[in-house]
Amino acid sequence: MQESSKDGAVRTLTMAQAIAEAIGQEMERDPSVFVMGEDIGRYGGIFSATTGLLDRFGPERVMETPISETAFMGAAVGAAAEGLRPIAELMFVDFFGVCFDQIYNHMAKNCYMSGGAVKLPVVITTGIGGGYNDAAQHSQCLYASFAHMPGLKVVVPSNAYDAKGLMIQAIRDNNPVVFCYHKGIMGLSWMSYFEGSTNAVPEQAYAIPFGKARVVREGSDVTIVTLSQMVHKAALAAEQLAGEGISVEVLDLRTIVPLDREAVLASVARTGRVLVADEDYLSFGLSGEIAALVAEHLDTVPLRAPVRRLAVPDVPIPFSRPLEQAVIPQVESIADAVRGLMEAGKPINSLLQGAPA
Amino acid sequence: MKPTPEHLLWMYEKMIEIRAYEETMAKVYMEGKLPPKIQKGLAFDIGAGPVPGEMHLAAGQEPVAVGVCAHLGDQDSVVGAHRSHHFAIAKGVPLDAMTAEMFGKDTGLGRGKGGHMHLFHVPTRFSCSGIVGASAPQACGAALAARKLGTDSVAVAFFGEGAANQGAFHESLNLAAVWKLPVVFVCEDNKYGISVEKSVSTAVASNASRAAAYGMPGVLVERNDAIDVYAAAGAAIARARRGEGPTLIEVKTDRYFGHFQGDPENYRPKGEGAALRQDDPIARLAAALRGAGLLDDGREHVLRMRIAGRIESAFAYGRQSPYPAARDAFEHVFAD
Repeated sequence: MQESSKDGAVRTLTMAQAIAEAIGQEMERDPSVFVMGEDIGRYGGIFSATTGLLDRFGPERVMETPISETAFMGAAVGAAAEGLRPIAELMFVDFFGVCFDQIYNHMAKNCYMSGGAVKLPVVITTGIGGGYNDAAQHSQCLYASFAHMPGLKVVVPSNAYDAKGLMIQAIRDNNPVVFCYHKGIMGLSWMSYFEGSTNAVPEQAYAIPFGKARVVREGSDVTIVTLSQMVHKAALAAEQLAGEGISVEVLDLRTIVPLDREAVLASVARTGRVLVADEDYLSFGLSGEIAALVAEHLDTVPLRAPVRRLAVPDVPIPFSRPLEQAVIPQVESIADAVRGLMEAGKPINSLLQGAPA
Repeated sequence: MKPTPEHLLWMYEKMIEIRAYEETMAKVYMEGKLPPKIQKGLAFDIGAGPVPGEMHLAAGQEPVAVGVCAHLGDQDSVVGAHRSHHFAIAKGVPLDAMTAEMFGKDTGLGRGKGGHMHLFHVPTRFSCSGIVGASAPQACGAALAARKLGTDSVAVAFFGEGAANQGAFHESLNLAAVWKLPVVFVCEDNKYGISVEKSVSTAVASNASRAAAYGMPGVLVERNDAIDVYAAAGAAIARARRGEGPTLIEVKTDRYFGHFQGDPENYRPKGEGAALRQDDPIARLAAALRGAGLLDDGREHVLRMRIAGRIESAFAYGRQSPYPAARDAFEHVFAD
């Protein structure tokens, strides 16, 4: 993944820069691509996903919208139906409640209800995740809610290289794609982040196909199935566990629709143990989906221990730092869950095990 | 703006076609819904018969559809609501495939996956939605596309007066005005949002007055009349094509049937539906055409025979077409 720029130096980008570069390259290649959303112009996007685009492409292709999410998400549906390729940013995924109708009733269904006649190549971009004390209306992940509705593809990258390739793929896809970037790995100057998310990114355009999970780290004892910021926490936990003689494989899903079921099953078949680490809510979500997938294949994928899940334990994300740290899975809670898995039968006591005192 | 003789005759023919379609559908829809030996406690089986599901008919509201669509071509987009047959017919959506869709057949517009509330026809740029208020944002998007592609196409959002209390409506008017989009918002005031009277749901007498809040012209068409709608829509569409931005039109119109077929209509004064038919816009247009020498008994007969043939053929097509195979349920979740 090391990439040299023209002067021979390795070029690294933050995830925000990689996303903006991907959008800019696709806008140059294809005049039907345009961006709209709140504060995406002069400000460059609250999470910097569109920085620099207004200067390059002007206000007709980088359109500031009023704070009218139903109107501009619906406009994305209408414009896509006419053959354009809108990218619509809605700042925080938490805000989708105000415009969900246009997304799950129209964007996700019009292709189906038209018998395939209507194609809606829309990319929705949005910031997800907590960890910086913004409380329950600005810290959710919610990607499983989109994945639950047939007709939407859902992309949740963990690093700059993947983010660029997956964004280019998303823009070229003829379907609606929800592209969720975790604020804590965008590389923002005003937020701490995991350094692994800023990595080498080729300058030329490249696409990463959807539905291909990535083995972040190979291991033989336990598979951690995860995505987004949690990839970095899982990698740190794995490093720690390696020192204890536990070999952990970390699998980054990258997209959850489509979901790389084969990669999950192949990895779990190798290790015989699986932990799902997820920053979305525990019940009825991604972790349950992965657990069910493994359970449905127990005839061919024998386990050495029951499936374990680590996710936000069905509470809203609290504001206060120790409370938030307690409900969002952390490096320590991931490591503890893996240790529990190694002693088959020992249940995960609770997430609070990993919370600071 | 006065209609040309061609437009007058076109509107008249389309109004008759819409009316005949809706009255035929009203009959066909009831087939099998009231079986002779009904299950105890079950008086009406909405999923039974050749046309299953809910059915919202637009008889009485024809002037709105024809008065607007007379000004539109295939390049212009129309987004309708859940009661949309009149718009679809006036926009030129093929009657056979549209009817087949309502029968849930493989030859339908959506291969039997949309049904009567979800009609899509890409060549005439027609779509509609089962969600109240959802048409306005999408019409804004189509209008935005027209502007970006540099065409003089316009987009029309149709919706009922109940939808004018939706956030989507207000957001869209503001967006269209601030972006100066070539879009026309057409509100059909048929007095009832399902069963709730407009006076109970809406704080202003006319939604047209709400246009002032968004800096766009608001036009109230007080009579359920094709020529009046034609005039208002013509001005609004011409304005949109000139790049001068959106217009909101409200038309006071009449819904002859209930909200849906089978609606007990206990919210209406007794006999209101029948009384409304006393001042029928089709009869009124016929009188105007006869007065202008554009229509006589012979032409009327030919026209009605032609329409009857089209309707008969569409319903036969719907009935005789094959159902989709069960495995087709798994197709078209995604494009390609």
